[in-house]
Amino acid sequence: MLTLRQTRLAWLLVLPTLLVVVLVAGYPLAQVFYWSFFKADIAFVEAPEFVGFKNYLFLLEDPDFRQALWNTLKFTVVSVSLETVLGLAIALILHSNFRGRGLVRTAILIPWAIPTVVSAKMWQWMLHDVYGIVNILGFKLGLLSQKVAFLARPELLLPSIIAVDVWKTTPFMALLLLAGLQLIPEELYEAASLDGATPWQQFWTITLPLLTPALVVALIFRTLDALRVFDVIFVMSGVNPATRSLAVYNRQVLIDFQDLGYGSAISVAILVLIFAFVILYMRSIGKEALK
Amino acid sequence: MKRLSRFATRFLFYLLVLFVVVYSAFPFYWAVVSSFKPSGELFSTNPSLLPLPFTLDHYKNVFLQANFGRNLLNSLIVAGGATLLSLTLGVMAAYALGRLPFPPRSAVLYIVLSMTMFPQIAVLGGLFILLRQAGLFNTHLGLILSYLLFTLPFTVWVLVGYFRGLPKELEEAAYVDGATPLQTLLKVMLPLTGPGLVTTGLLSFIAAWNEYLFALTFTVGDSVRTVPPAIASFGGASPFEIPWGSIMAASVVVTVPLVILVLVFQQRIVAGLTAGAVKG
Repeated sequence: MLTLRQTRLAWLLVLPTLLVVVLVAGYPLAQVFYWSFFKADIAFVEAPEFVGFKNYLFLLEDPDFRQALWNTLKFTVVSVSLETVLGLAIALILHSNFRGRGLVRTAILIPWAIPTVVSAKMWQWMLHDVYGIVNILGFKLGLLSQKVAFLARPELLLPSIIAVDVWKTTPFMALLLLAGLQLIPEELYEAASLDGATPWQQFWTITLPLLTPALVVALIFRTLDALRVFDVIFVMSGVNPATRSLAVYNRQVLIDFQDLGYGSAISVAILVLIFAFVILYMRSIGKEALK
Repeated sequence: MKRLSRFATRFLFYLLVLFVVVYSAFPFYWAVVSSFKPSGELFSTNPSLLPLPFTLDHYKNVFLQANFGRNLLNSLIVAGGATLLSLTLGVMAAYALGRLPFPPRSAVLYIVLSMTMFPQIAVLGGLFILLRQAGLFNTHLGLILSYLLFTLPFTVWVLVGYFRGLPKELEEAAYVDGATPLQTLLKVMLPLTGPGLVTTGLLSFIAAWNEYLFALTFTVGDSVRTVPPAIASFGGASPFEIPWGSIMAASVVVTVPLVILVLVFQQRIVAGLTAGAVKG
């Protein structure tokens, strides 16, 4: 009797959330799939026309799409790799005992809390070609032989954007890895020390293997995030084809060009790309959590 | 000799620590310094590392000339609304999923988990159409609803973990005393999830406060527009004249509340971030 009442209550409690999910994810997603088979503008000025797979065929030969995909992959691979190495270094520092540890942890949370738009603007100012502090200090300390237009030279634009993203997202990586480090039993290190293992050997034989689960989760999290990157690229370089990511290109087609049909096809492509990674994610932690 | 090398290692370690702190904190420090410098001083090739000479001009500028006050209020309404709404709905769903007999539990949890990974861009066109159809385009409510896409699944996911961690005996005692399941949730279980509510509330608020793509796409003009798109589009008198002082002032104003939240609730935030990812 109690169980029946509980189940009925459970349905009532879950229902609002399910409704929201259908409203803000299910319905819009269905729209995107539907319109990807049409030639249509987003304001519906003209009557939509069914075109079958034409939008998808166009996608396969669109050089702009290919460039955006390539930009996104470059951005993802480079920034996630750098974040992982830096994040691991910071996590190891935070894991050791020293005075002022709390201060360091607070300091690394600052980049995480700052809105991406703000961090992009801050760095734009710091990377200013004449009055930016990076150029001024770099020149004074002899690190730069002359001032560099980081944001005007096409070959430096993406690396600059990646540097900003790494600054902003490394703390998240560091915190996830720190949580992983704290799960490794201290006795293992004590035993290894007794056996005469150097810290370097301990890192490769104890820390890294036991950190792998946390590392995988953090990597997948950050990869998914990087694949859908929009803010930092759009604020720092707008729709510049040299740095335009898939998300930036998708918004440009949908909103600026008002092309609902082709824009929807790009959305579906992004979704497929991300879905592949979500499956990977589910495999690694989903089962564990659903037990 | 050995002592010397130990000292050297220690010294190098602290140098590394110093580098990490400067690397993390200096950019924000520099934004603060820049926001207090007169324009003439900003464009100097030999800048002071302190806000000298000191001026409040950029702050006056931001609040008097731009619609920044309005943008701030919008951010507060939208982020606050999205947080309250997802906490309310999230507690209900998480209690059902974590504590009550609910047959399609795994399926719902899978949906929630996959939604925490959902790319916002993939539903941009669909949400745009939906908000227009519903007459919610360029309204606070429209923006709040769209933000539930990322605040609600995360809230549910983390709170399920909290509810599951509570001891069974409490619940059973309440039932024995004749409480209904709803009373048990409100009077016994909810007060115990306080820390979980603070954590998820904070993380939802920060995510909504910082959101840019939807705010940029679903608002027009300044009546509903939040701070991030406003800052991104700050312009000067001409395209070549970027008002860096004002941009930095606005950036500081929008970031200071977050930095304070982080300082006060550091432990909770770290716990929430790792709970969302590691434990699930």
